[in-house]
Order: sequence, then C-alpha cells, then structure tokens
Amino acid sequence: MASYKTNEFKGGLKIMLDGDPFTIVENEFVKPGKGQAFNRVKVRNLKTGRVVERTFKSGDSVEAADVHETDLQYLYNDGEMWHFMDTETYEQLGADAAAVGDAAKWLKEQDMCKVTLYNGAPLSVEPPNFVILTITETDPGVRGDTATGGTKPATLETGAVVNVPLFLEQGEMIRVDTRSGEYLSRAKED
Amino acid sequence: MTQHHWRPLATRAALEARARLLTELRTFFAERGVLEVETPILSAAANPDPAIEPLHLDADLTGTGNRRWYLQTSPEFPMKRLLAAGSGPIYQVCKVFRADERGRRHHPEFTMLEWYRPGFSLEDLMDEVAVLVRRLVGRPELPVERLRYRELFRRRLGLDPWTATTAELQAAAQARGIADADLLALDTNGWLDLLLTHCLEPDLGRDGLTFVHDYPPSQAALARIEPGNPPAARRFELYWQGMELANGFDELLDADEQRRRFQRDLDERRELGRVSTPMDERLLAALEAGVPATSGVALGLDRLLMGMLGADHLDAVLALPVEWA
Repeated sequence: MASYKTNEFKGGLKIMLDGDPFTIVENEFVKPGKGQAFNRVKVRNLKTGRVVERTFKSGDSVEAADVHETDLQYLYNDGEMWHFMDTETYEQLGADAAAVGDAAKWLKEQDMCKVTLYNGAPLSVEPPNFVILTITETDPGVRGDTATGGTKPATLETGAVVNVPLFLEQGEMIRVDTRSGEYLSRAKED
Repeated sequence: MTQHHWRPLATRAALEARARLLTELRTFFAERGVLEVETPILSAAANPDPAIEPLHLDADLTGTGNRRWYLQTSPEFPMKRLLAAGSGPIYQVCKVFRADERGRRHHPEFTMLEWYRPGFSLEDLMDEVAVLVRRLVGRPELPVERLRYRELFRRRLGLDPWTATTAELQAAAQARGIADADLLALDTNGWLDLLLTHCLEPDLGRDGLTFVHDYPPSQAALARIEPGNPPAARRFELYWQGMELANGFDELLDADEQRRRFQRDLDERRELGRVSTPMDERLLAALEAGVPATSGVALGLDRLLMGMLGADHLDAVLALPVEWA
C-alpha cells in the first residue's frame, strides 16, 4: 500500500485517516530548534466535507488514499443512481445520492462533470460551473419589464429553483452559475 | 513546454534589507573586537542530535578514496576547536543545512550567525544578543524580557516541567485542545515540545524580545548543567513575534560528559532507526585540550529578516527558495 511521509504533506494530497479518504487543506511544520517536530494539518473528509485539525509527529507515515479526479459525461438517472461515462473508454460508472449530493439539481444529460473517484467508485460530483437549463415553471412574464430589477422564482428542468428577472417565460432557456446558484443571462441552445 | 521559473521571489527591498543586516552586524562585531572566521561546510563528522538530521554527500575529496562528508547543521564544532586553540572571541555567518525541515519558518539551508564569547556568562551573552538585535532591527526601544523555562510552564500551564508526568502533560495538551493529543505517543520532552510549540510560542516575544532560559537537563543539548535544586541546563532561546530566533549555551566544556551525551544521542538514533553519524573525535580532543569557559549563540538571520519585514513566510526573504533552486 502506498504511503506518504509527513515531509511529503502539502495541500491537495489525498490520505487515509480512520478508514476515510481525506484531502490536506493546510500543512504547517512546527519544530523547536532542539526538539520534536510536528505537522499541524487541516484535512477535509472527502465523504462528509468536514474539515478537522490533526497533529502528526514529523517523520510518521500515513496511507495514501486512492482518490483522483476525472471528467465524466452525465448520462441519465435511473431513479436511484446517476450514471456517468468516460467519453474516451466508454466505461460507465454509477454514482449514488451521497456522492452526487447537491450537484443533482444541476445535472443535465450530456454535460461534462468533475467526478472524484475513490477506489474507482464515484465519491463526489461537481457540476460544470455554468449550465444552460430550460424553465419548466414560473409565473407569467411581465412584458417589457427589463429595468425594475424585480425577480421571481423559476423551476428549471433539473428541479433547481433560481431567481430570474420578471420578464422571463416558461420554456425559455437560461444560463446559471452552479457555484452561486445565480441566474446569469438568457441562453440559446448551442 | 515546461515553464522555467527563473525569477527570484524576494523583492528588491528584501535583498537590500539582508545586505544591510550583514554590513551592520559586521560593524557591530568589529567595534567589539570579535573576529570573523570561516570554517568548513563539509565535515567528516556530524552532530548526532536525534532532532537534527544532517545532509551528506559521498565523494573522494582528499585522494584517499570515497568517504561520507556531512554538510554542517551548525558551525559549532569547528568553532570550538578554534576557541581551544586560543582564537579569543569569534563569529561566523554561514549557511547551515538540515534535512526534513521545510515549512513557513523552516528551509533546508539557512543563514546562521554564530558567535562565541570566552569569559561571558549566559546573562552577559543574553545582554549582547539584545543589544545586537535591537540595533539590527533598528528599534533601540524594543523591550527585553527574561523568563525561566520553568516559570513559563508554571505560569501559563500550571505545570512544573521538571516533575510533571507524561500523563499530566498529555492531559494539559488535551485540555488545551491540541488535535490528537489523546492519540500521540510522546516522551516527556516530546510533550513539552508539543505544549511549547502549540500553546506557548505564539505569545512569546509578542511585545519585544523574550529570552526563555534555564532548561530541563534532558534538553541541555550542548549546554552546561548547573547543579542545584533542581539542576538546570544553562541554555536560552530568544523569541520575537512568536518566533524562535536564537539558541544560546553556557557551553559544555567537559570532554567526558560531551562523549557521554554524544553516545546517548547515537543510542537514541539507533532506537529511532535513524542513520548513525560518526563521533566528532576532533571536537572531543579539543575539549580534552581545553576550551576556555565561554558562552555561545546561534541566531537565524532569515527569521530575523522575516520579523523585520513583517513577512509570515521565509520565502519572502530568500532570493531563491529550495523549490526554485
């Protein structure tokens, strides 16, 4: 099993702690001039997202986590699992609700996503930063109102609800920033 | 195409501050009649201290076959040989090297100012360090405080570092919220170091220069141990802005005691599975011949520059950090 010594610690390194995969967020080396050195490390649990602090004696080793990121195409949801495909090998992978998490409300078929794999299985899914989605439900548009700055909620085809300007109609396509969940502009299908 | 990072990271101002620092300290020692010396960076022997890991290279430098040469972790041993030969007060500015040390305040090669004052007590030397540092940083009004190691732990943690058990030290670390304090396996000095670096250091030298002095005998390193109740290692550390800047000793002069400490260090190295280093027989011979009573101190110039420039990372004061070397 691969392992890392504390002197290899740096941000982004994936390690196993208490049976879970973690990524190192921050690593600080502390050492008195004539004594024991320590690594004070902030790590994020890749399953729960929680950040905790850990202390290691410098020179100790920890097991490496078999975690890597890959770009996969979202195919479909079968009611239980979200299915993705590697567009080069055509290999398909299923991700469960725990892995997909909040990304679910942005996933549109054929969009490319960043999927983090742990021991070959999806651990987390990051939707594209920008998605184009159709409005499936919203109050009727207020014609000509492009200036007042008022907004109304709109439900999108993936189930996400975003605030959109009053003039938008059901059936229109919009561009959304998935990181903030904010409406950006009207869009045309490309 | 690979991008080659050739540009220095340090600002022009940081380079100038370093150059000024070197000029200033040379003036300071010239005024006081302390002789500048140079000793070899490569040595056939090394400091066996288990907390310090030397770098080495294998080469035939003397025409007598390949052998192992150690890069100095401090110029202490050759400088003591000069003292034994009657050099009088001496100082040196040099690069020193330590493996496995990299962080915000650590870099595998760093610049050390080391000096020896025959006839000075530890208190005399602390005074001189304070005068020099105040002058180098251009703040003659900087307050100076002295604090015994024992007082520091008693006042801040309610513990006596001479008598506290590992269980008590571990409980203190847990009470202070140090992560994994319940899991770590450390000896007494390990716990003391954990508490010092995590709980105490950040406040040391916050408002000026803080000298912590008189250490537990088990942390004597190369300091003389003053018998007494309790006995204490005549050693000091200087802190400024929560950062350790210097380490000074009332130097151990007893060759037999030095040999015993080296042997203990080598035994500990073996237990820890670390590579063994050759005993410095030439230093021991010099001690045998007689080094005059002296105090000596090593000061990290890169960290001093960090403090002067308000930098929170060593890389800000190094022209080319190791990742760019």
